[in-house]
Amino acid sequence: MRKISYSEAIREATEQMMEKDSNVFVIGQGVWSPWFVGKTCDKLLQKFGEKRVIDTPVSEAAMTGAAIGAALAGLRPVLIHPRMDFMYLTFDQIINQAANWHYMFGGKINVPLVIRGIINRGGEQGAQHSQALQAIFAHIPGLKVVMPATPYDAKGLLVSAVQDENPVIYIDDRWLYEQEGDVPEEIYSVPIGKGVIRKEGKDVTVVAVSYLVPEALKAAEDLEKKGINIEVIDLRTVKPLDKEIIFNSVKKTGRLVVCDTGWQAGGISAEISALVSENIFESLKSPIERVALPDAPAPASSVLEKEYYPNKDTIIKAIKNQIFTK
Amino acid sequence: MLNIEKEILIKMYETMVRIRRFEERAGELVAKGEIKTPCHLYIGEEAVAAGVCQALERDDYIFGNHRSHGHYIAKGGDIKSLMAELFCKATGCSKGKGGSMHIIAPEIGLLGTPPIVAASIPIAVGTALASSIKNENKVSVSFFGDGATNEGVFYESLNFAALKKLPIIFVCENNLYSTHMPLAKILADTSIAKKASAFGLPGIQIDGNNAIEVYQAAKEAINLARNGGGPTLIECKTYRWRGHVGFSDDLDKGLRSKEELDYWMAKCPIKRLEEELIKDNLLSQEEKEEISQKIEKEVERAVQFAKESPYPEEAELSENIFKDV
Repeated sequence: MRKISYSEAIREATEQMMEKDSNVFVIGQGVWSPWFVGKTCDKLLQKFGEKRVIDTPVSEAAMTGAAIGAALAGLRPVLIHPRMDFMYLTFDQIINQAANWHYMFGGKINVPLVIRGIINRGGEQGAQHSQALQAIFAHIPGLKVVMPATPYDAKGLLVSAVQDENPVIYIDDRWLYEQEGDVPEEIYSVPIGKGVIRKEGKDVTVVAVSYLVPEALKAAEDLEKKGINIEVIDLRTVKPLDKEIIFNSVKKTGRLVVCDTGWQAGGISAEISALVSENIFESLKSPIERVALPDAPAPASSVLEKEYYPNKDTIIKAIKNQIFTK
Repeated sequence: MLNIEKEILIKMYETMVRIRRFEERAGELVAKGEIKTPCHLYIGEEAVAAGVCQALERDDYIFGNHRSHGHYIAKGGDIKSLMAELFCKATGCSKGKGGSMHIIAPEIGLLGTPPIVAASIPIAVGTALASSIKNENKVSVSFFGDGATNEGVFYESLNFAALKKLPIIFVCENNLYSTHMPLAKILADTSIAKKASAFGLPGIQIDGNNAIEVYQAAKEAINLARNGGGPTLIECKTYRWRGHVGFSDDLDKGLRSKEELDYWMAKCPIKRLEEELIKDNLLSQEEKEEISQKIEKEVERAVQFAKESPYPEEAELSENIFKDV
């Protein structure tokens, strides 16, 4: 099959959905820029024009509100926030408004809105240019939150998000943009709310999201050589969680390492640990191990960054803790 | 009178009477404890909603806020569903999940009334943006209070709407108070209309207790917007007779003077239009009485409907979190 990059997969999905449905449009800061959103919006302006590809003033809150309004009027906006850190400015619109609208108005009207939040970090960018906010959004009833880890899912989940009748937070990480993978040329969808087993194994279950999925696979490969057989689950969606795929795997392995690209405290890894403890506690042979960001803002210095962000080695360490705990 | 058809004037008058009676009745039920959802009553401000909505088409969009019973009624929403929502019953316009502060009537273009101050201003810009993208003729109206002009999204929204020449009217209902705070204590410059000039928009200040003036100003702004001329900011000076929330006039709380309230009650928007209509022989005493009785019955039927309606089923708790495909 044809191989394309993760960022091209996002771009292609956007282009194809705009071609297919004239109600789809793109709005956000930097969508006319050659670099602001990576290459994920390349050529869209030339193809669809300024009415359907709207680069905006630096007014995150109002632009989010405008996208919500457009969705209420029957359009299907793809709103892009080129850095998740700036999405704090939009919380009233996303959380109070978009997430609640369908419920608080008795189901009379819905908000078919995709909000792309781009994680852009590393490179000594520091605390306000580094954050991953999936846990905050996953906390909110009425939002779906997806985090593709492969080019295939980047396209398929964006298609699903655009087709969804509800607000979907689509989080893509620039650390994945150059990754290449098999991507069909035609439009296809990947279901929201379904994880996937990336590698089968029997000794330890590793549940991961986003860039920690490839890191987990590398860890599994290394450990395989040492006779440790890891099962790697790519969550793909962090809200609603695919509990079944996690439970079934942990019932088999009895050991669990959860890897999240956000903070550990009150985060996705905490939720998954709680669910496993509540539901299948008796299956666990050892305490659950978590790989996530420490309870600290993102530092700038690359020396500190190296400590801060988990990777293959952090995951291997966590797995070894599992194996050697009894 | 003033080149406005009699039918329009009478409809506006009826709308104001309907809002007034509905709100008075809601206030009584709040006082009795039969309505528990926090109600922000619109009494005294009727001319704004009635005048603006009279100038709109049925499928034009409007958005409101925490004080939106008047907008709902003026746009033509069903008052039985509204009263039922105040009782938080299953038959309410938001199925009892919204209460007074979250009301909706998409069938007549009211797409929501979120009570977070200024929140619906950019959302109304969004429906206007949709009209522009789809090349539709629909106009959007955002109703908000004076307090909302202290929120950042207000300015962000004015800028973007002006930049893209979107078909939207920003209607500020300046009732002189932001909750308990008088305007002069919260705005460095109390002219709200003037703020439009920073964005190159027309901004006008009008007597919000004069329904005819409101209607004419709205009509002009709507025509401009519908013909690609972009937004207008209309500041309507008005006054709420009751407190920020609830049935009381709040005089006992020392938040405003009796003299001030009396002054504004003497400027009652309904009495004002009524006197003009009678003077110009457009409304007789008998017709006035008929309207009053008709609306009295409508409101009583709404109260009865609301009281007799069932509460939501328990299962409703987890319904409508997402729209299923």
